[in-house]
Amino acid sequence: MVAAALLFGAVNAYAASPTLDKMKSSGAVTMGVRESSIPMSYTTGDSRFDGYHVEVCRMILADIKSNLGLSTLRINYQPVTSQNRVPLVQNGTVDIECGTTTNNANRAKDVGFANTLYVEEVRIAVKANSGINSISQLAGKKVATTTGTTSVQLLRKHEKANGVNFDEVFGKDHADSFLLLESGRADAFVMDGSILAGNIANSKNPKDFKIVGEVLATEPIAIMVPRNDPEFKAAVNAAIAKIVANGSMPKLWDKWFLKPIPPKNAVVGLELSPATKNAWANLNDRPAEDYAKK
Amino acid sequence: MAFDFGVFCKNTLDGEVVDHCFSAIFGLAQNADPSYLDWLMKAWAWTLAVAGLSLVIALILGVLMGTLRTIPPNSILNKSLVRLSTAWVELFRNIPILVQVFLWYHVIPAFVLPLKALPSYCLVSIALGFFTSARIAEQVRAGIQALPSGQASAAIALGFTTSQSYRFVILPMALRIVIPPLTSESMNLVKNSSVAFAVSVPELTLFAMQAQEETSRGVEIYLAVTLLYALTAFSVNRVMALIERRTRVPGFIVSNDASLAH
Repeated sequence: MVAAALLFGAVNAYAASPTLDKMKSSGAVTMGVRESSIPMSYTTGDSRFDGYHVEVCRMILADIKSNLGLSTLRINYQPVTSQNRVPLVQNGTVDIECGTTTNNANRAKDVGFANTLYVEEVRIAVKANSGINSISQLAGKKVATTTGTTSVQLLRKHEKANGVNFDEVFGKDHADSFLLLESGRADAFVMDGSILAGNIANSKNPKDFKIVGEVLATEPIAIMVPRNDPEFKAAVNAAIAKIVANGSMPKLWDKWFLKPIPPKNAVVGLELSPATKNAWANLNDRPAEDYAKK
Repeated sequence: MAFDFGVFCKNTLDGEVVDHCFSAIFGLAQNADPSYLDWLMKAWAWTLAVAGLSLVIALILGVLMGTLRTIPPNSILNKSLVRLSTAWVELFRNIPILVQVFLWYHVIPAFVLPLKALPSYCLVSIALGFFTSARIAEQVRAGIQALPSGQASAAIALGFTTSQSYRFVILPMALRIVIPPLTSESMNLVKNSSVAFAVSVPELTLFAMQAQEETSRGVEIYLAVTLLYALTAFSVNRVMALIERRTRVPGFIVSNDASLAH
């Protein structure tokens, strides 16, 4: 209650926030969502969107709505892609992006990031019968990853640093990369753990694949907000603090990562990682570069 | 909007500025880490390799299939060759190029196992070459049919066999006529080679998508890639124009030069 009262005061004191002003005057807000980033943010058909980050964002917006004293706040869903998500937040088309965006220093020049609620770990997916258990066993093998992702650069760095030589093959999207692994064109698929788990859960025979090996990188995935609007960011972070404090986060994790989810009732099956737990315990908006230094 | 083309002199591992932009290719600097410019040049080489290989496949098969479509159906063998070439053209020009690339990469090797051993750029070149050959075949056919029918009759009157009349009379004239549409088709091939990124050939389009994600300098990257595509297609245009001038038969094709006209 005290926090809410403080926030309410803060919002009134800094009425210069363009996003909050827009929400107040129009009674609507535009949420950027992804179409197939299961289970973080995806469509469940009929232009409906759901997922871990989407649900968190709905909670955040509900909190802001009550703080602004609005009776209704309509949420417009705007599907975004890896290519257009940053420009759409920059030009104000999207007020809050709830997808799978890595918070890094380069992007922080263009947009703002809310406190991290999900820390992604880059892992290796292989066929269950391949006998591969670690990155050192990938020498001379074909490793698939998706064009336009940070995992490509990560693999390159790793190859350089450890002298493990492997052939890279690139899928044009995650489904293609997974097909490369499935059809034997690649021996391993290196990507964010949630994407690997989601693709395996949706495959013909989920038991044929497994996620193995060490964590290649940890990256904070965060909700994106406009950069020039610190008041809005503060309001979002205050809402996040409340959601974490009332114990919703473990329940949300359970719902989206460990239980059957729509539309196919598949189970992603990704256990809560210590890194994500730590992010909840110490709320922060540190970029990926800070995680790499650890 | 401020442009920062300095991104091309950064290395691809950690984004630090390198001493010489062409560090890796020409061995100018001691550091072996390639810059984005090195990578861009390598990607351009892949684009050229894919476009060049598919152009060879497309020209050979296109001229062959286009010729077969016009041969007189006066024997069972000739009839079946005409049918084969018609089927070829209709098959390969009715399926989108991206779908054909996926068919050659993922589907056909599942049935024809030796194809699995072929590198992806070969499979893409086959797909692009076959797709373009169907289009070239139609142009060659149109060129042959544009010739006055008297030419074929005259060749037969001289005692030439069918293959001799094609070799010495019809094709030399028909192929000259179709050089302008062949030019467009060859330029299209350069641009169509961008689909190769979809099956992990590290060419210009793949470079653009990956490098803009790593550097967040999408505008500069796409400008450079656009320039290279335009430059490549325009070079093809100039080479074809040269061939067109060199092979011209004075007085045959209506020319802008009035003195050459009949």
